[in-house]
Amino acid sequence: MTVSKPVTAKTISKDEFFYGHKACAGCGGSLAVRIALKVLGKNTVAVLPAGCMSAVGFNFPQLCFSNNAIISTFAGTASMLTGVEAGLRAQGITDFNAVGFAGDGGTADIGLQALSGAIDRNDDIIYICYDNEAYMNTGIQKSSLTPFGARTTTTPAGQNIHGNIRPKKNMFEIVAAHGIPYAATASIGYINDFMQKVQKASEIRGTKYIHVIAPCPTGWGIDTSETVEIAKEVVDTGLWYLAEYENGEFKLNHRPKEFASVEHYLTRQSRFRHLTDEDIEIIKTSRDKKWEYINKNFG
Amino acid sequence: MKPYLRDFVPQNLEDIPEATAYEAGYLVTKNAGWRNVRPVIDNTKCVGCLQCYLYCPDGVIFQDDNKVDVDYNFCKGCGICQKICKVGAIRMEAEK
Amino acid sequence: MSKHFLSGNDAFAYGIRLARPKVISAYPITPQTIVVERLSEMVEDKSLDSQFIHVESEHSAMSCAMGASSVGARTFTATSSQGLLYMAECLTYASGGRFPIVMMNANRSTALPWNIYGDQRDSLSLLDSGWIQAYAENAQEALDLALLSYYVAEHKEVQTPFMANLDGFVLTHTYEVVDVPTQEQADEFLPPYETDNKMDLQNPRNLAFSAGPATNTAFKYKEHNGLLNAKKIISEAETRFNEIFGRQYTGLIEKYKSDDADYIIITLGSISGLVKQTVDELREQGEKVGLVRIRYMRPFPNEEISQAVQNAKAAAVLEKDISFGNEGTVYTNVNSALKKFGVEVPVSNYIGGLGGRNISEVEIKTIFSSLKTNPSGVNFLGIGVNDSE
Repeated sequence: MTVSKPVTAKTISKDEFFYGHKACAGCGGSLAVRIALKVLGKNTVAVLPAGCMSAVGFNFPQLCFSNNAIISTFAGTASMLTGVEAGLRAQGITDFNAVGFAGDGGTADIGLQALSGAIDRNDDIIYICYDNEAYMNTGIQKSSLTPFGARTTTTPAGQNIHGNIRPKKNMFEIVAAHGIPYAATASIGYINDFMQKVQKASEIRGTKYIHVIAPCPTGWGIDTSETVEIAKEVVDTGLWYLAEYENGEFKLNHRPKEFASVEHYLTRQSRFRHLTDEDIEIIKTSRDKKWEYINKNFG
Repeated sequence: MKPYLRDFVPQNLEDIPEATAYEAGYLVTKNAGWRNVRPVIDNTKCVGCLQCYLYCPDGVIFQDDNKVDVDYNFCKGCGICQKICKVGAIRMEAEK
Repeated sequence: MSKHFLSGNDAFAYGIRLARPKVISAYPITPQTIVVERLSEMVEDKSLDSQFIHVESEHSAMSCAMGASSVGARTFTATSSQGLLYMAECLTYASGGRFPIVMMNANRSTALPWNIYGDQRDSLSLLDSGWIQAYAENAQEALDLALLSYYVAEHKEVQTPFMANLDGFVLTHTYEVVDVPTQEQADEFLPPYETDNKMDLQNPRNLAFSAGPATNTAFKYKEHNGLLNAKKIISEAETRFNEIFGRQYTGLIEKYKSDDADYIIITLGSISGLVKQTVDELREQGEKVGLVRIRYMRPFPNEEISQAVQNAKAAAVLEKDISFGNEGTVYTNVNSALKKFGVEVPVSNYIGGLGGRNISEVEIKTIFSSLKTNPSGVNFLGIGVNDSE
């Protein structure tokens, strides 16, 4: 394995591979896809399941990927990636990246079985989950990566129930538990960290998984200009974290000196505006418990 | 290299491909009409840090001689570039 | 060419090896398992140079096959029954994407009640998924279909996935002597897969995209035409096949002593063997009876069936299938064909063999004799007073 110099704004490819798409203004998911493809370069075959990024990028004849790209079935991101990789390799083609971009529902719900299968086989693919914390393409319904307390169109906030009653599924550690060669968490608010993780993934053989938080202004209830800011804030509050799993070990990449205000993070988003002080306390307690675990188990 | 606008819009039976496969990066519509505001870059203030270019979800900010410029055909006016610019070289102007 | 004693599954696997698929993805299900076991052994002993992918479901089997096909690799998978239904979403995807994947389906009953034995409700319920559907009668035809299927599916005028159906157990697990062609013969018949419908690093493409109301019908029309074109290409393939292998197949249907027959059974799959035997016996007794075996359910042999039965006094469709709330699906298709061609022969429907129930020679004779008196309606074999067991 060769370790390249970390990619930066100055050195990243000037080519644009995801362009002219119809994503909402300020879309975090499209930023994650755009940046990852710029890191991976032109010899990349991208697989995108039904979901926001395929819906906005592949409306014939408006086709927004300048590299090879294909839509998979909703459940089939990883299995189609497996076929793409095997099909190219079987024809003696080796200089390529096979990358998948699936949302939170496509990854943690309907696509989890196929993803688990691909990791189990250690197929040489990169799987990127752009997590905007709900089924945004269909109109903001709850997924298993919707955080506690969030209002979605299927977890309404009322007198009796204050939005989603369950915490986010822990995809990063579920993936790591397979013994995957490389897994990482990221946020589009820390884009250099994300870029370097994609770069690292491209230099490792076997299955790679990157889970990147990619806010959705429409679903989160923020201004289109605030996407990057809030993606940074979620890390600064400790509600998300930047970490890697490699060689069987967890490593924390970024430790906030002190956590930024959870109240500020939550109340600026309309999906959380209904939360009571008690709800916010539950969120903070759960964060603190998570960090106890991180401090104990992550290097 | 990037997807670019084409003149020809395949619509008729004979122009439509046999399978769901077509040339990559084939654009036939712009996104300019989505915008209420547009980013305007003051190149006298720009220090060439490229953060606006990096963080643009649409990739419409491009490098031009150590400075940056905007492809207004595809800018949606989200305002992320203006927020990310540490030196205040980008302002949002209302579209007329 | 050499002779081997093979089951239907074995024979199909031998045929697939000769076709040299680059990628095989499969998930086990009874009674398909032997075909994928054989192929994995062939990959292990290096008699087959192929990537064998152990997927975790049938949905992934087909999704993986589509991925491989989307970069221009010849691919194979196999399934049965619940597995076929589980991958149903991917079936229309593969046909809409015009990926010429070949799949063997071991025809098996679908739950509920659970049952692992053969009937044809699994594949016939998916007639509208846009796949070519062939039904083999015996192990030799199974092997030959493995080769023919790629020729037809990958043809530029077709570009359509191909489902080769073998009756579960009755065909998949029954051993027969089979001629196995040489690799040289197979290579002469079947060139490597070439296509423009692929992602290519030198010539990037966007695949499997959305097409809105303005263009959707055009794509579907082309898909329909691809399947219709298969008719011509099946004939071309069989002529070429005969030149190389010395076995001539008969297109979308096989006619057995039906030309001058007064009474005809129309059926498909392995039961045809017993019907032929019964026809022979009845012919010896002076009965003018015959068989029309449907080899392809899609594209459907409308004209061929109509011509084959137009001079008969009556015909019966015998099928291992029922479209609940209506009648046998094959019966519906046959009636539609006759109507289109103005053939006014009375046709009755016999539903038999569900969940692997044996169809006996006595029952076939009963069907023939019923055609003389009262050829009508939808009749279930084996549950009434005429139960022959």
